[in-house]
Amino acid sequence: MSIDHQSPMPIVIVGHVDHGKSTLVGRMLHDTGSLPDGKVEEVRKACERRGVAMEWSFLLDAFQAERDQAITIDTTQIWFKTPYRPYVIIDAPGHREFLKNMVSGASQADAAILVVDAKEGLQEQTKRHAYLLSLLGMRQVAIAVNKMDAVNYDDAIFAKVSSEVDAYLKSINVTATYIVPISAREGDMISTHSNKMPWYKGKTLTEILDSFEVDSSPLTRALRFPIQDVYRFEEKRILVGRVETGTLNKGDKLLFSPTNEEATVTSIESWPEDDARVIAQAGESIGITLDQPIFVERGHIGSHFKNPPMLSNVFRANIFWLAKKPLKVGNTYKIRLATHEARVTIQSIETVIDTDDLKRDETPTEVGKNAVAQITFRASDMLPLDPYTDNARMGRVVVYDGYDIAGGGLINMDGYPDQRKEAPKSDNIFMVDHQVSRDLRTKLKGHTGGIFWFTGLSGSGKSTLAMAVEEELAKRGFHSYVLDGDNVRHGLNSDLGFSPEDRAENIRRIGEVAALMADAGLIVISAFISPYRADRARARAAKPALFNEIYVQADLATCERRDPKGLYKKARDGQIKQFTGIDAPYEAPENPEIIIDTTDNDVQTCVKQILDYIGTKVSAENGTDGANKEKSFTTVRSLSA
Amino acid sequence: MNAHLKALEAKSIYIIREAYNSVDPMAMLWSIGKDSTALLWLVRKAFFGRIPFPMVLLDTGMELPEVYAFRDQIIKDWGLDCINHMCPPEEEMDQTLPPSTRAAMRKTEGLKSLLEEHKFKGLILGIRRDEQSMRAKERVFSTRSADGSWNFKDQPPEFWDQYKTDFPEGCHVRIHPLLQWTELDIWEYTKAQNIPCVPLYFARDGKRYRSLGEKNITFPVDSNASNIDEIIAELKTTKTSERSGRTMDKETESSFETLRQRGYM
Repeated sequence: MSIDHQSPMPIVIVGHVDHGKSTLVGRMLHDTGSLPDGKVEEVRKACERRGVAMEWSFLLDAFQAERDQAITIDTTQIWFKTPYRPYVIIDAPGHREFLKNMVSGASQADAAILVVDAKEGLQEQTKRHAYLLSLLGMRQVAIAVNKMDAVNYDDAIFAKVSSEVDAYLKSINVTATYIVPISAREGDMISTHSNKMPWYKGKTLTEILDSFEVDSSPLTRALRFPIQDVYRFEEKRILVGRVETGTLNKGDKLLFSPTNEEATVTSIESWPEDDARVIAQAGESIGITLDQPIFVERGHIGSHFKNPPMLSNVFRANIFWLAKKPLKVGNTYKIRLATHEARVTIQSIETVIDTDDLKRDETPTEVGKNAVAQITFRASDMLPLDPYTDNARMGRVVVYDGYDIAGGGLINMDGYPDQRKEAPKSDNIFMVDHQVSRDLRTKLKGHTGGIFWFTGLSGSGKSTLAMAVEEELAKRGFHSYVLDGDNVRHGLNSDLGFSPEDRAENIRRIGEVAALMADAGLIVISAFISPYRADRARARAAKPALFNEIYVQADLATCERRDPKGLYKKARDGQIKQFTGIDAPYEAPENPEIIIDTTDNDVQTCVKQILDYIGTKVSAENGTDGANKEKSFTTVRSLSA
Repeated sequence: MNAHLKALEAKSIYIIREAYNSVDPMAMLWSIGKDSTALLWLVRKAFFGRIPFPMVLLDTGMELPEVYAFRDQIIKDWGLDCINHMCPPEEEMDQTLPPSTRAAMRKTEGLKSLLEEHKFKGLILGIRRDEQSMRAKERVFSTRSADGSWNFKDQPPEFWDQYKTDFPEGCHVRIHPLLQWTELDIWEYTKAQNIPCVPLYFARDGKRYRSLGEKNITFPVDSNASNIDEIIAELKTTKTSERSGRTMDKETESSFETLRQRGYM
């Protein structure tokens, strides 16, 4: 392909204020012959009028205000080309308060040049920009150690600055692809090798740019076709949007998320050409028609049946926050995932990272302007989600506060299960009514049934309490049964592992079994970590009238100290992955029926609290049979005291 | 059509559709030049041959006759709903401005009266980042306050193709689907798609218009490029700036900046 027919590679240039970014851009334009005639003269004259030396950066700093302050205010885009290919440079500002412009610029780039002053080395803004490059997922980074002319082209200084910067980048998981000594002002090592630095044998800056690769990954990922709009023209209903990743073919059967609707592509529309199109690839803005009049609207994500997006109402993201108003737990925001818009509430802020010194705050209360944080978001409805590591284009979220974009980040689904429900297996399922009534069962058992769902961290005391409560209930003639984690996993759920999906299925089955047993008249006590709210909500939904959520609460430190099965130690040693509380989330109940604090109370006290609570929920049979009156919880209360 | 033009086209169509989805009522400024005519073509592509919002010409009465003739032909051929909005006279402009800048201000004022009259919440414009360094700093979705002014020092962030589509009452948004196109891209696309253009762009007697504006403030530049292929060849080697025939850019170091801040396109 000839150079004229390539899309320019977007490059971002970042670094601390006054380290010479704009100067570098001005110089690259000049050295590659990309400036219009008279432009350099124009700037030279402007500099003379101001009585200052020739400033290459004035080529870019078009605004009067910027010249007066001598800082770049906004993101500029400048085109140039080397003999190898065209580029568009996004010149990002160095001044701290303009971070949002830096993000606006850097998010579009395929590669970055981090400019560092040879004299000043690593500065606050260098660190912040580098950290944001890591957060934006930038993989191709060149470090340009600038102003080598000001340090007499000293290789020792270059080596010192290089190792300092390289070490910092490594600490934030950014790999510097190249490190090059340059002088933007003098034009050394920009596009020609400099005889002032014979000790440097590597590539010039433009040679480095030419060696970077254009990101082609969207083509190779699973199909994602976010619906942008639906147009109705006469008889036709056209779904429009951009194929973000993968390939869409005429005749493909599509699954839409989060609705689980499905239909087949009957045409890929085009104008003014005829309708001979049969394929559309990542990056193309298209329109399609479907064979079924299914419900589809903006925000629904089309995919194939194989590798659809995950569905979840909760997700984590590493975000940067750019708004003046801090992000806080409990606040509700509008988010966008491609074209999918939703309102979400901040469930928790796990960590906030100061981008200056990379200090982590593990007990943050809010995320301030220009901070970076790991956040857990919760929505009331299912969201179509792709982890960033699986799909870089889809795996990102933008957060709005009021009218403006306030932040954005990369989605991380580690530890969260896919909540997509399987489509019904058969249409021929009919519920059959029992001939034995609830009242009759209660009469036979002598009491009503119920589900007492213990949830809490490993080591919080769920099993201990469950077994003790079961024993006490049996003593009093109540029919109860404990469903316990390990026991169930040996039988009913022996086919399940510990992936987020399997854990969700484990809890789903237990919820259904508990509902059946409670229906049969038993007092069911379940003792599972059951870390996800969504799973517990599903268990409750299986038998809402009889369900009671009991939060067995102990702080992580206490649980870890108890560590009855030695699991925390193994998790800390990395022998167990995705262990709840360590590297997988525990979502505490929002409104449990009762909280049992096992940190400060002994087993006996806790058992009594639970029995008292069960007493308020399970009523003894109140029939005429006086013999069963003995099984009243009034008696239980007096016995347990 | 080559991959680069395809990518530009897809991105612009995406932006046009985002605008149509979120802004109502909306119009597009059609200056009848090469950029906004290519943009009009993209609109037709985005909506499969339809044009679901009106075109607006901010008319100063000072366009060249060939421009008016082209306008009338396209309106007829493409069945356009076109609002020909007359700009206020030059006497009403700020008399302290240099003459060409003052003349250009007429369009700014015309734009204001257009918004007042039609209550448009959004306008699609065919400006490009490579035209002029002031325009290089634009966002794709750029909110303007009620008087049309642009607070370039405090623009909201814009990334990952997510745009600011909500804004307070009284503001309007300018949508710029061609920001990332270059002059050369426009001509290559015009050629590839066989889009009509005003014949003034083609050289006659050693001169051609590289950029079309009002006849009192725009002049042809030296060129022998008499068809699109020759224009493309010329642009690949030229180092003359596109707006070199526009006098208002040159009056003072900051006249274009002044115009843009006050609401110019």
